[in-house]
Amino acid sequence: MSTPKRRMRDAFLQVIKDRMGAESDIFFLTGDFGSPVLDGVRRDFADRFLNVGIAEQNLVNVATGLALEGYRVIAYAIAPFITMRCLEQIRINLAILSQVRPMNVTLVGVGAGYSYEVSGPTHQALEDMALMRALPNIGVWSPADAATAAAMANRALDTPGVRYVRLDSHPLPDLGPAPTPQELQCGFRLSGTTGAAAALVSTGYLSHLAAGVRDELEAGGLPVLTVDMMDLAHADMTELTTVLAPCRNILTMEEGFIGCGGMDALLMLHATPRLPKAKWAHAGLQPHYHFEIGPRDALLAAQGISRSALAARMIELINR
Amino acid sequence: MTSAHQHSGSLRELAARFRADTLRIHAQAPETRVASSLSAVEIYTCLFYGGLLRHNPANPRDPARDRLIVSKGHGSISLYPILADRGFFSPEELARVCRPGTFLGGIPDPIIPGYETVNGSLGHGPGVGTGMAIALQRQGSDRRVMVVVGDGELHEGAVWEALLFAAQQKLNNLILIVDDNGRCMMDYTSHVVDLAPLPDKLRAFGWSVEEVNGHDVDALCATLRRSMESSFPGPRAVITHTIKGKGAPALEDDPLCHVRTLTPGEVEELTGGAP
Repeated sequence: MSTPKRRMRDAFLQVIKDRMGAESDIFFLTGDFGSPVLDGVRRDFADRFLNVGIAEQNLVNVATGLALEGYRVIAYAIAPFITMRCLEQIRINLAILSQVRPMNVTLVGVGAGYSYEVSGPTHQALEDMALMRALPNIGVWSPADAATAAAMANRALDTPGVRYVRLDSHPLPDLGPAPTPQELQCGFRLSGTTGAAAALVSTGYLSHLAAGVRDELEAGGLPVLTVDMMDLAHADMTELTTVLAPCRNILTMEEGFIGCGGMDALLMLHATPRLPKAKWAHAGLQPHYHFEIGPRDALLAAQGISRSALAARMIELINR
Repeated sequence: MTSAHQHSGSLRELAARFRADTLRIHAQAPETRVASSLSAVEIYTCLFYGGLLRHNPANPRDPARDRLIVSKGHGSISLYPILADRGFFSPEELARVCRPGTFLGGIPDPIIPGYETVNGSLGHGPGVGTGMAIALQRQGSDRRVMVVVGDGELHEGAVWEALLFAAQQKLNNLILIVDDNGRCMMDYTSHVVDLAPLPDKLRAFGWSVEEVNGHDVDALCATLRRSMESSFPGPRAVITHTIKGKGAPALEDDPLCHVRTLTPGEVEELTGGAP
């Protein structure tokens, strides 16, 4: 039974708005990017809301200055711009500086992967996971649904440090109940068949596709464990490898370039050596820009990322 | 908290002493950028000894301090002897600049008591300072944020994003001090990307602007104070006209002085040997 579709940004921003009423040290910055919920923040908390304009470098630097003076800062913009236009600012003033000066800054980017499917490569975030993962002291949070995004908003406000939260722009149903604090702490959550010999490890939008692949394979008699990766920088990889220990066939799925330092790199470095009996395959986007316009699922399918193609890939992996 | 004149010599004598100290540091640590550090000696001297910057060496992050962001970080080796003299750290540490185990690197980092931010990667100070100034203003604080930049640093686009936004926010607690020494790394700034007319540009961006000889400590202190205390309802800039490599003729005349290293013999000749 699918839940109603909701936008991650609305769920995330609603938590921030609700807490701004009682917590006077939360400051919201936007890079001229809005939402209906944000209209309420701007109206109700004008003393702690600023639109810095279309200037992501300044967005990050101003966020840093506010954070150094004690504010918990949310900085909000379109995903590729808040990660790549200002990578130097994130590196210098958040990654490096936060190592010696405590701060709480949350970069919120909307438009994960192919979210903006008709806007082309400029507005698509296909490198953001890898680039943010490359920076020490930056968390990389990738929710798959609005319930998770809301839980992450609370966690961001309650946890000192710096993190990038990668939100999808499309309304999506919830994958399941909101993640528990323990699941958020571990950085992943499980569904499907625990102890199965086949596992799908996915993040963000592709966790919805993974659920469909799992259902198809299980309908054919193959039990599958699905792992929704929520934290791509600091997940508990010891716990994850314990969970994956019975698996002999593991297929990873991400809506970003593969082989460039994204989620596949996290697993290859920390899980593959600990699971020597497992066979691995990695699904993602080949490092190449696409200018084709089309529905998101069609863009993904063109690169072998569809329910049927991935189910076949798992069978192929098992038979390899 | 310290803000008043608390020194035995005149500002001019102090600046001369810190210039010599800077040269000696460079002699033992030739990796340091001496030319851009020499142009700013009087700026740092005025801030710390002219009663312009409230600071607390016993508690460098004292909330009651004024915030100083040294955005042209590599050009602030001359601040090391000043911070040591003020008591932020032991003067003995000055003999260890760039040596293994010290916190005094060739480009200063915020592990050094007295430094607020990561510096040296240029163009960040104005934006971070803008964020600090917004916070202080909204918290009702009367503390100021001072950002020292070089003129070459103004080539960075992020600086202008910050200048626009600071004016929009009417940050009358934000002071931009431009060490206008006329040179970036490879040439005279005017030959690379000319900033002129810089005062007009800054005014057009909504800033009040003062200009002063950056090596005349009395005029510099007076100008900085006048700018800080003016009733202008927005951010203010003080353009200090300086000479890159000031006090070392071999540097003053060299458009490539940013990457020029003085020999120990040249330094000894300029400083008259050991202090």
